[in-house]
Amino acid sequence: MKYVDEFRDPVLTGHLLRELAATTAAIARPLRIMEVCGTHTMAIFRSGLRALLPPEIELISGPGCPICVTSAGHIDTFLEMAELPGARLAVFGDLFRVPGSKGRTLADARARGAKIDVVYSPTDALDLARQNPDELMIFPGIGFETTTPTIAATILTASQQNIDNFVVFSTHKTMLPPLMALLGDPSLGLDGLLCPGHVSTIIGASAYLPLTAANHLACVVSGFEPTDILQALILMARQIKENRAEVENAYTRAVNWECNARAKAMVDTIFEPADMEWRGLGVIPGSGLAIQERFARFDAQPRLSLVVPDTKEPAGCLCGQILKGITTPPHCPLFGRRCTPANPIGPCMVSSEGTCSAWFAYGNEK
Amino acid sequence: MPKDLTQELPKTILLDHGSGGLASQELISSLFIRHLDNRILSAMEDSAVIDNQPGRIAFTTDSYVVDPIFFPGGDIGTLAVHGTINDLAMRGARPIGLSLALILEEGLPLADLERIILSIRDATLASGVPILTGDTKVVPRGKADKIFINTSGIGLVAEDVNITSINARAGDKIILSGSMGDHGITIMTRRAGIALDGNLRSDSMALHTLVQRLLTGLPAGTVHTLRDPTRGGVATTLCEIAGSCGLHIEIEENLIPVRPEVRAACEILGLDPLYLANEGKCLAMVAPEYADQALALFHSCPEGAEAAIIGTLSSGTNDAKSSLSGASRRVTLKTSIGGTRVITPLHGAPLPRIC
Repeated sequence: MKYVDEFRDPVLTGHLLRELAATTAAIARPLRIMEVCGTHTMAIFRSGLRALLPPEIELISGPGCPICVTSAGHIDTFLEMAELPGARLAVFGDLFRVPGSKGRTLADARARGAKIDVVYSPTDALDLARQNPDELMIFPGIGFETTTPTIAATILTASQQNIDNFVVFSTHKTMLPPLMALLGDPSLGLDGLLCPGHVSTIIGASAYLPLTAANHLACVVSGFEPTDILQALILMARQIKENRAEVENAYTRAVNWECNARAKAMVDTIFEPADMEWRGLGVIPGSGLAIQERFARFDAQPRLSLVVPDTKEPAGCLCGQILKGITTPPHCPLFGRRCTPANPIGPCMVSSEGTCSAWFAYGNEK
Repeated sequence: MPKDLTQELPKTILLDHGSGGLASQELISSLFIRHLDNRILSAMEDSAVIDNQPGRIAFTTDSYVVDPIFFPGGDIGTLAVHGTINDLAMRGARPIGLSLALILEEGLPLADLERIILSIRDATLASGVPILTGDTKVVPRGKADKIFINTSGIGLVAEDVNITSINARAGDKIILSGSMGDHGITIMTRRAGIALDGNLRSDSMALHTLVQRLLTGLPAGTVHTLRDPTRGGVATTLCEIAGSCGLHIEIEENLIPVRPEVRAACEILGLDPLYLANEGKCLAMVAPEYADQALALFHSCPEGAEAAIIGTLSSGTNDAKSSLSGASRRVTLKTSIGGTRVITPLHGAPLPRIC
């Protein structure tokens, strides 16, 4: 397949692996590198790359799986909305099996009669609103910079076409504030950050400049194919070897230095910064996006007078520490025993891109 | 001269059609018997009596609730015929006949029902496996989703044929009869309303002729295991086989046939074709010295034209610690870049991801 096979070429992969091994061997100490994005976590496991990397490289998964960082309180609120009379929920597939604070999921709610559709795009939710004018179509807005622009565009369309039975519950998050908060913790001992390729198509590689400056951290934007990831790791290892802390872009076929101005303008039209609760990380000031007052009729929270409950993490679940990169799934007492993809307790097991799900699915040899 | 059905019957299914009274009789004679006619079915007795046949009897049943009921490459009717035939074939049985039980939702357009019955007719004629007995029920609107079908099948297994997952042996080669994921991705894109054009189509087909060719073309006892990787895909089926026979299965990503359009759709949706359903494929575990001959037999049938050897069974690692931990029953995949990862069974339905 064009544009995919070239980036999974075994010969090229071999060359890159040898180059990386030579560089890390010269550094002669372990390198702690956080892959921020869940898609990276999955790609590294799925391609078998994890087993091929030089022994010096220690990969730590970061807080970049949008499902995993959705708080239990928000899931409880989605469940509450699903059971409102006259309501219909449209959700992204990965949200369907995420348990709330009492272990209940949207899948359970649907089995008990709630109207819940799995959609692939927020515009599908708007279509459902048009087709079901007697119902209130509620779309739980989740995700980072990658998903927010399309949801902003959908709200704008609903506004222009005066579709009154469509609302969004925004739990949208931005990537930089939690990274700033996490990286401020020196005990993490990070050497480098494998920056998320998808988010970077929107925010641009330059967005990571404050991180390099404040934390003396090598930041490299990476794509998702094996050769993309290896190229990024080589650039990172060279920076560490030469004691540099810079932002480099190893995903130039998709990511520009500057942000995507059109997407940013769309988001700025609809949303404004807000404090946001992250699963395992707590409330991080300015890390979320709320719908602006002038679009309040599309905002589920005031329109349905919803109060997000305070919730506790499930007993024994280490998702919070896993999301911070402090520990890895096999150290969790629930992992693989009570908590499996078929019966997830914490959010990192639910999403196919969650760290626990990746470790469970693809083994934990390394 | 068959009468025009649409003038005989109302255009949708009514509760009356399941009443057992006159409307039921009319539906049976003007649709089912008309299209699925054979000596045993047309007798319309309470059960089919099949003449004495030599061999052991294989018996299987499966229910079909697929949504959408029509899709490129087939429909719920073709699946109901092919799926049950294939379950018989995977034990090495020669299928003799099927039952056909329909649960219809009130309001089902009659034209849809006739289209499905015609598909069933075509599938039974092409496979040579008739419908020998049947039943129809109608439930109120909302109590079923358009149409549910159950088919049971019986077949005969020759005395020297013994094909089960337990029989797989260390050293066996694993043959996949063709490309994987075609059915699963076709249904999933239709169901999600994702307009991915191109040539995505279900692989729904019957495999009993292919299997008989394989069994008659090779010495007895050289085909150890046959399985059709339906729901859960090749990955889950291989995990089940590894669990049954207690062996380590290693497959190679580069050897597994996947159509480019299926791969592309999987890349877009974040799905792994190893976990997608197939409805016209089988996995065969064959003694290594006969693997090439078996592959040639696959290639000599249209159902197996794209067959490939995708991996090997082994007694697992020599490392005592890993075999104690169950590593010998594992399935591993050698990836296209030369890495290795463990394959686990599917958990829950595959869902597309958001980013």
